[in-house]
Formats: sequence, C-alpha cells, structure tokens
Amino acid sequence: MIENYLKLIWAYLKIGLFGFGGGYAMLSLIQREVVDSGWITSQMFTDIVAISQMTPGPIGINSATYIGYVVTGSVLGSLVTTLTVVLPPFILTLIASHYIEHHRQSPFIKGAFMGLRPVVVGLIASAALLLMNSENFGYEIQERVITIGICIASFCVVYFTRVHPILVIILAGITGLLVF
Amino acid sequence: MAMNNLYLQLFLTFSKIGAFTFGGGWAMISIIQREIVEKHKWIALDEFLDLLAVAQSMPGILAVNISVVIGDRLKGIKGSICAAIGTILPSFLMILAIAIFLTPDTIKNNEIVSRIFKGIRPAVVALIIAPVLTTARSAGINWKTVIIPVAVALLIYSKIPYISNPIIYIVLGAIGGYIYYMRSLLRQGGKEANDD
Repeated sequence: MIENYLKLIWAYLKIGLFGFGGGYAMLSLIQREVVDSGWITSQMFTDIVAISQMTPGPIGINSATYIGYVVTGSVLGSLVTTLTVVLPPFILTLIASHYIEHHRQSPFIKGAFMGLRPVVVGLIASAALLLMNSENFGYEIQERVITIGICIASFCVVYFTRVHPILVIILAGITGLLVF
Repeated sequence: MAMNNLYLQLFLTFSKIGAFTFGGGWAMISIIQREIVEKHKWIALDEFLDLLAVAQSMPGILAVNISVVIGDRLKGIKGSICAAIGTILPSFLMILAIAIFLTPDTIKNNEIVSRIFKGIRPAVVALIIAPVLTTARSAGINWKTVIIPVAVALLIYSKIPYISNPIIYIVLGAIGGYIYYMRSLLRQGGKEANDD
C-alpha cells in the first residue's frame, strides 16, 4: 500500500522535474513511468490522453490525477500524485522568479534551451511511435485498416485545418461507434 | 479591491482559467494574459512577458508555472500557492470524477464505450503526430539537425534498458546546447562569455 504511494511519488517527481517542452513532450516521460512499470496498459494510457484532451486542464495534471486514483484506488492517492507532479516545478519556478534578472542573462538557460528544442521534437515523436501498437490499432487486419484510416484522416484535419482537436476526437468516437 | 482579497481573487481568477481552457499551457497563455494584464491590470504587459519567459524555462506544467510566477509577483509565496491551487483544482476534480466513474474496466466492458474508444485511440495518435511536425518547424530543424530528433525518438522507442530513458536525452540536450552556445560565444570573441 505505502509502497504504491512511494512509487507514484518517485515517478511523478521525475515527470515534474524533467518535464520540459509542454504536455506532448511529457507524454513519453509519463508513458515510461506508468506504462513500462506495469501500472496501466498502453491502451489505458491512450484513453487517458483522450480524456485529458476532452477535459480542461493540462495533461500533466490530468494524467497524475487519473493514474493516482487507478493505482491506489483512493482520492488520497490521486491528490498526492497531483501535488507531487507540481511540487518540483513550483519550487524551481519560485526560485527563478526571484532571480529574474540573473535568470534572463544566464548563458546556461539560453544554451540549454537551444539544445532542448530538437530533443523535444524527438520526445513527442517517441510518444507517437510508442502508441502505434496493436492495443491502439487492433489485432485484426480489417480493424487495422479502419483505425489507420481514422488516424490518417484525423492527422490531415488537425494538421491542415483549424478544426479543434476536441471535435476530431468526438468525430473519431462517433466513427468508432458506427463501424465497430 | 481590498488587498486582503487578492489571495481569493488570485485563486478565483486562476480556477476560472483552469476550468475553461482546453489543451493546457499554450492555449492558456492568451487567456491568462487577458485576465491578468487586460482585465485585472495586475501586471503590465512587458512584465508579464518577462514572467512568462521564466515560467517557460522551468520544467513541469506551463500553466501551473505561470500561475506561480504571477501569484508570487503579486502576493509572494502564499499568493503563488493560491494561484497554483486555483489552476489545478478544476481539472483535478473533473478528472477525479471521471476516474471514479469511467474506470478502465468500464471502458473495456461497456460495449458502447468500448466501441467509441476504439475509434478515438487512433485519432489520439494523430493528435500527437501533428505537433511533431509543427515543433520541428518552429525549432528550425533542417537536414543536418534532423538526426537529433530522429535518434532521440528511435532510442526511446527501442525500449533498451537505460538507453530508452527520455531523461537521458533531456539532460544531454541541455548540456549539449550549453556547450554549443558557449563555444559559439567564444568564437565570436568572447564578448559575452564572462557575463555569468
């Protein structure tokens, strides 16, 4: 019981501390901690991302709240996990804002962010790659044809138009309901 | 407005932002700016942009980091706690309710929900592929530098123990970027190199 809490805290401390580059870039980090450790399946992880997209709030918070509850089965676990993911950045941001002039001039911050930019692209790509599996696209060929079709169509809509991602998810859900 | 109400104001303003913005950090910035700079006039625009730069350069959740710097600027640490709790609370309560009622078993065992999610999952993957391309463009990735994101993505995907840990590449990227930056400064004649 207490072991679950400690593992959650350790996982979400890392996620909070190394979560650079926004929600999508954090996905591969979250995935590594919660899917690879066997807490949830890759399919459940994808579902959490979907739920997170459809509800307000940042994905880092949403995943912590959901996984904290699923792993411990209690509201307390959910609360502890959510607070854990914001604690390290809370402290660091507070310190940085007190040394704002120093911070702005810092060659380390400037250089580090230049180096992080291409890495963030790779982090997001790895999250996409890790989710391209049978759990999300189906095991049978007919199912795969449909899911790959949904994926390509959704990509085109999101990338080439200004349609909101929530609408894309809703349409994909309706498609799923009709064809499966 | 009475000063002792500012804590409450911070909490309420950020919980409104937290409750009504979909999509996290970047989507939130313009709404936070509207509330903080234009509506409440708590902070001038140039200072807001400075604070935003600090929030962006720190790890974690951008929306929370912004609320921390603004709360701290207005009311110190207590202010930043009020603002951060405001940002977190709405999504925490909403996701908690979903976690209680829409458990993984419900998704699997309810036929209708299960069919809906079968359609949603490939769309979620598409939603993650799209920002790969948009961030690659904004990061100025070219044929020479594309090796970095490709190598990072494949090494993480490889699932090889230790090698596949994303933290390695975040640390390497930061250190590598710093070394590269310092070297380019030195090559320019070292004018700014001894700033820090």
